[in-house]
Amino acid sequence: MDLALNWYLSLSAVLFTIGVLGVLLRRNAIVIFLSIELMLNAVNLSLVAFSQAFGDVDGQILVFFVMSVAAAEAAVGLAIVIALFRNKLTVNVNEINLFRG
Amino acid sequence: MLEPFLFFLFAVLAVVGALGMLISRNPVQSALWMVMTLFAVACLYLTLNAQFIGVVQILVYAGAIMVLFLFVIMLLNLEATPRLGGLDWKKGVAFVLGVAVLAQLLVILSLRLNAAPTLLPAAEAADATSVENLGLALLTEHAFSLEIIGVLLLAATIGAVLLAKKRFV
Repeated sequence: MDLALNWYLSLSAVLFTIGVLGVLLRRNAIVIFLSIELMLNAVNLSLVAFSQAFGDVDGQILVFFVMSVAAAEAAVGLAIVIALFRNKLTVNVNEINLFRG
Repeated sequence: MLEPFLFFLFAVLAVVGALGMLISRNPVQSALWMVMTLFAVACLYLTLNAQFIGVVQILVYAGAIMVLFLFVIMLLNLEATPRLGGLDWKKGVAFVLGVAVLAQLLVILSLRLNAAPTLLPAAEAADATSVENLGLALLTEHAFSLEIIGVLLLAATIGAVLLAKKRFV
């Protein structure tokens, strides 16, 4: 019984779907951020699996860059959440409707 | 038969952690479940001979990003969601959409796409994607991208400080 690439890709698909469900179902801005990180992780897992399957190092370099962008995104995103909480005293995205006037 | 066992062990841990993050009502519990998922994914990287990425995953994700998340959650002193909220049609539509995404991905996988059906032998792949080759490619072929990432991180640091300052928004 060999470890197939498809197993890793299927696991990646399942994790990505859980992330999508988290974004769609949860109303807490911080949990939505966590779900986005989960989706990034799922894609990273498939990239590393492809990199290993083809013996090509470029997939892992892309994962490295994705991690850097995720770190930058988390820092800015959490700062936005803090600024929103200071103004609205909530992180429920249903109650944050600044653009609706 | 050690490798399939390790794969399934860490795959189950990752999925359980992700579901725990999705279900738990307290944001602190969500973040802690997420840490478990991140560790399981890091171990999966190790089973794929990607030692550098695995260690960076633990250092950056579990070490830095999740600590930042927990810090913000505790700073804002969020209370747990009081109730689960009834099953309205919006949640039903969201659930159907999520299952549709999963079905699409699995259908594409079942078509195989002429991808390599099995992984390379461990020794061969470990040689091709060793940390040495990774560093060489990162600092020669992708050196410009590395500089851009440095500028991006600087901009994100300044932006985060500005946004979190009082009286900015």
